[in-house]
Amino acid sequence: MTNKIEDVEREILDLLAKQLPEGTQVSAEMRIARDLGLDSVGIMDFVMDIEDRFDISIPLDLIAELETVADLCAAARDLLKGAR
Amino acid sequence: MMSLFAKFDDIRATLEGFKTLGRDPSDIRFEQIISPTEAVVNGQPVLLFGTNNYLGLTFDPACIEASAKALRSSGTGTTGSRVANGTYADHAALERQIAAFYGKSSAMVFTTGYQANLGLISTLAGRDDQLIIDADSHASIYDACKLGAAEVIRFRHNDPEDLARRLRRLEGRPGNRIVVTEGIYSMLGDTAPLREIAAVKREFGAYLIVDEAHSLGVLGEKGRGLCEAADVEADVDFVVGTFSKSLGATGGFAVSDLPGFDVLRVACRPYMFTASLPPAVIASVIAALSRLEADKSLGERVRSNSRRLYDGLAKAGFELGPEPNPVVAIKMPDPETAGRFWNRLVDEGIYLNLAVPPTTPMSLSLLRSSVSAAHTEAQIDHAISVITAIGHEFGIPDGNRKKVAEPA
Repeated sequence: MTNKIEDVEREILDLLAKQLPEGTQVSAEMRIARDLGLDSVGIMDFVMDIEDRFDISIPLDLIAELETVADLCAAARDLLKGAR
Repeated sequence: MMSLFAKFDDIRATLEGFKTLGRDPSDIRFEQIISPTEAVVNGQPVLLFGTNNYLGLTFDPACIEASAKALRSSGTGTTGSRVANGTYADHAALERQIAAFYGKSSAMVFTTGYQANLGLISTLAGRDDQLIIDADSHASIYDACKLGAAEVIRFRHNDPEDLARRLRRLEGRPGNRIVVTEGIYSMLGDTAPLREIAAVKREFGAYLIVDEAHSLGVLGEKGRGLCEAADVEADVDFVVGTFSKSLGATGGFAVSDLPGFDVLRVACRPYMFTASLPPAVIASVIAALSRLEADKSLGERVRSNSRRLYDGLAKAGFELGPEPNPVVAIKMPDPETAGRFWNRLVDEGIYLNLAVPPTTPMSLSLLRSSVSAAHTEAQIDHAISVITAIGHEFGIPDGNRKKVAEPA
């Protein structure tokens, strides 16, 4: 498992692409709720996949504040740093 | 400037969409309630299969009599909180009765089941503690998490290994860990793997809260719920429950053996800053709990009725939740079909609950029914045949297996 900070964003974008219909373009600037068409439960499920992948737990209040994919990447990076 | 209510445009549009299919599923009106299993809607009789009235005690003569007597002797309301305005004798008696029913040293009664979760969870978990909750938890548990100051982490629904992973990640951190799970989950009727969850809880030295809202009176030989049925009562630090389902009234409670539990009465805001239950409600709950303690046939009947509905619908080919519990959920291919199917059921005199995303797990569209000990076998068989006939109109169950296999 590679947990290098610089790989986090790429991996999250890959995981996201798998969740969405094939061919959907994903970028870090996309807003999770509006642009990705995920409902609140869908977002929660996606966050769990990321938690599994990086062996982190993202607290609920932090999830509520996430707006863009980049925010999610930053949260995962911060938690990974904290874990070291 | 944007309208104050513009933020609800999406939710409003969804509701309007459902209204175009016939009735407003959020506003079904019963002109008359005839019995725990029968009512009148729009002048037509309907069989009630969506009430959570698991033991069918809402018209129990002893409960009604006790309630009427209390109303006359003690008045219509307590007009305040127990902390500020005092405790009536019956409130204290009910707490002793619930504690004795569970074999625990203390019980606290709340004004609703929602407030029991809201109050207990938000108060127990302080700033340095961590709440680890099942991802499919009821809204009252999520709202408790928002009200409290603790860090909140979700584990995958009914997944003890995921719970263990999350507890392991917290090792070395200060604070207490509090795990929250439910007995029977309200949407699909599945039960928590409590033995495994209790083992994880012990391994990591965490506390465990189990919400038995849908399992009180339904599971366990004495009707204490899943904790009793799974034989893990000694591992469960707090049981939360409600009076509004099996006991046919309203209100909630929490029980515990932990010394010091009663301090929550002066720390728990959803307990302190709301009026206590009216005497008539307390009296009917005392009578209903006494009936449950004395009459083992109630639990047996709701379980056998549940199996009858579950097996009948499964045999007809419908895809259901994983276990034959009193919550029987029929999986629908999409929200619109679920809405149309639900309207046809009401047309034909069967009332149950329409449950659609985002209030459902895995974005499922469900026709959610709840079974009562008061249902007759003939009522259940009638419901099965009506549901099956409407299913054929919609090409379900023939078509639903394939479509439902992969939730949207």
